[in-house]
Amino acid sequence: MPQGTLCRALPVQNEEELKELLADTGGKKYYAEMQELDVNADKLAATLQKTLKSRLRTWLNICAKCGMCAESCFLYRIHNRDPKQVPAYKIQTTLGEIVRRNGKVDNKFMQHCMYTAWAKCTCCNRCGTYCPHGIDMGVMFGYLRGLLFSQGFVPWELKIGSGMHRVYRAQMNVTEEDWVETCEWMAEEQQEEYPLLEIPVDKEGADIMYTCNAREPKHYPEDIAEMAILFHIAGEDWTVPSKGWEQTSLSMFAGDWEACTMQVKEVYDAMERLKPKRMVGTECGHAHRATVIEGPYWAGREDGLPPVPCQHYVEWLAEALRLGKIKIDPAKRIKEPYTIQDSCNYVRNHGIKKAVREVMSYLADPSYYRPMEPDLEHNYCCGGGGGFNGIGMYRKERNFALMTKRDQILATGAKLVIAPCHNCWDAIRDLEEHFAIGIRWSFLKPLVVHAAIIPEHLKPQEEEEMEEEA
Amino acid sequence: MYDFLTGPMLYLSLAIFIGGCIWRVVWYIRGLDQKLDRVAYKAHLEHGLKHAARSVIAFIIPFGSHTWRAKPAMTIATFFFHFAIVGIPLFAPAHTTLMDQWLWIAPLSLPQSVVDFLILMFFISAAFLILRRVALPEVRILTNWQDVMVLAITIAPFITGVLASTHTGDYQFWLNMHIFCGEVMLIAIPFTKLSHFVLFFMSRGQLGMDFGIKRGGLKGTKFAW
Ligand code: SF4
Ligand code: SF4
Ligand code: SF4
Repeated sequence: MPQGTLCRALPVQNEEELKELLADTGGKKYYAEMQELDVNADKLAATLQKTLKSRLRTWLNICAKCGMCAESCFLYRIHNRDPKQVPAYKIQTTLGEIVRRNGKVDNKFMQHCMYTAWAKCTCCNRCGTYCPHGIDMGVMFGYLRGLLFSQGFVPWELKIGSGMHRVYRAQMNVTEEDWVETCEWMAEEQQEEYPLLEIPVDKEGADIMYTCNAREPKHYPEDIAEMAILFHIAGEDWTVPSKGWEQTSLSMFAGDWEACTMQVKEVYDAMERLKPKRMVGTECGHAHRATVIEGPYWAGREDGLPPVPCQHYVEWLAEALRLGKIKIDPAKRIKEPYTIQDSCNYVRNHGIKKAVREVMSYLADPSYYRPMEPDLEHNYCCGGGGGFNGIGMYRKERNFALMTKRDQILATGAKLVIAPCHNCWDAIRDLEEHFAIGIRWSFLKPLVVHAAIIPEHLKPQEEEEMEEEA
Repeated sequence: MYDFLTGPMLYLSLAIFIGGCIWRVVWYIRGLDQKLDRVAYKAHLEHGLKHAARSVIAFIIPFGSHTWRAKPAMTIATFFFHFAIVGIPLFAPAHTTLMDQWLWIAPLSLPQSVVDFLILMFFISAAFLILRRVALPEVRILTNWQDVMVLAITIAPFITGVLASTHTGDYQFWLNMHIFCGEVMLIAIPFTKLSHFVLFFMSRGQLGMDFGIKRGGLKGTKFAW
């Protein structure tokens, strides 16, 4: 069978196809079909010809085979220094081989590549900063994922994920109506405590346009409420778009560049329609990366920048605290040791390294800070990056990979882990579930909401006052 | 034989070496693709070049980057190996005299004692690199016959050079071999991973630009290489 009905080179085209894929529990039929899937070697060769340019070719050719990248990869270290986990080895035996054979590879080889690209690399980009030649295996595995996707060799969940973006322009089946309703519902819920709180939808010319991760309206609506409370307390002029509110991109993990473009254009359209002064995105690393760092290139923007300046939520929070727009109640400050998980996607890959520390300096006495070793741009991946968290077939490998972060956290002695990235947050939750080391983990929003002073004029007015006024 | 090696063959290998290196650099730069690499080279060129330079400098200074500091023995070996490979052909007195004669350029020459020291360090470093390749599983697994060939190509001019200059055995034979091996190395540079002679600066610089333009540099962050 050259192409399956579920597993095939073609991406998801419509809602029915997506539902069919979803109905295939655990991807049983999908992976069975994958065993028979044909490789289109001519197409692969043509793609290489068109897209493998001097940077990647040079990386593959000049690799000194020195092994200096080995220690930089957390997966190599945690796998007992298994030489098969050396970054250079992983890429040379997959992408390198496809290039050497100019695309003439078989099904078995493509499956080997798929396993390596998604279960042996989280695209954390740490190795590139340690390789003397600056060979970035994270970037190359991203490219390899694109090749694999174009031939249908992609884990089931990510085929679904990219399909979601194609059908709903969101990583989950959240429609425009669902989103707007959730916003209304969350605003109403808060009005008892914050009578004037609103979540303005599609307001033109606001200072801030907020975008988030679809799992917030789908599973964690309180995240939206917390965001609204903080903008409200800070007195920001802000809005959310009814369309173009989803910042994430599972298609980036899947290597589905076409879907990446579709997704990010939707957000940029919202920016162009509502003309906010800036965009602030939620506490998610890969969402920031997709929309702010990589997105401009998918959308074909020459300057490599989104249409309006964009910030990660932690940057906005740091600014709000610095400017005194949000004040912290000294009595509610955190009084226990804490550590910080630096997300590769915006710390290593966008240099946002001070913001979280600045926010925490308001929330807790700096003497409580227990840095991880290493940290900042040299931090190790949480263990679940690049889509690893979500792939059922590689759950065992992912759980194993979590041990790096577990040991890093244990070494700090802190019980509270600040994790302002959805993906890292999940990984840390899972590691606690799996290894039960007795830690708690949190985004910044709930911590700030808990400790912030509500300005008098935003508090509900007492009954008598209300009567007097009437 | 000697006349051929120091005549047409010398000019041919120099031409291939220089032309090949230029071609490699031009090919690299022309092949950079803003959209595929996802780096806005053009719009932020000046900024990008500054970060490229930062990145290259951090890696050409011994212990200048995290990776060099993490592996001190490897770093020392790597730097001596490269100093010798670049420095001796250009600055050994035996070479500078000939360069004056044949190429009408006379670079400053290093004192013979420094050259002898560098040659000694070269052999120690080379032995270390070979040992590492054999002994460390993470390096062994990466090694194929091409890597062995390339290592042999770089070491051969040194061995033959020492044999010739110490007049061990047949002087004329070893001298010819020495010149021949040197020329083989020159010719191999553009065509093998030895092209990192120039491509290192391109590749390392490119990642510096990548971080300088896209991955935080425009926000004012400098990556701590
Ligand atoms: S450190 Fe760089 S040059 Fe050395 S083996 Fe790894 S990728 Fe190749
Ligand atoms: S990108 Fe990260 S996970 Fe992938 S090979 Fe490099 S260091 Fe390892
Ligand atoms: S999940 Fe977090 S730590 Fe892991 S690669 Fe992604 S951003 Fe980095």
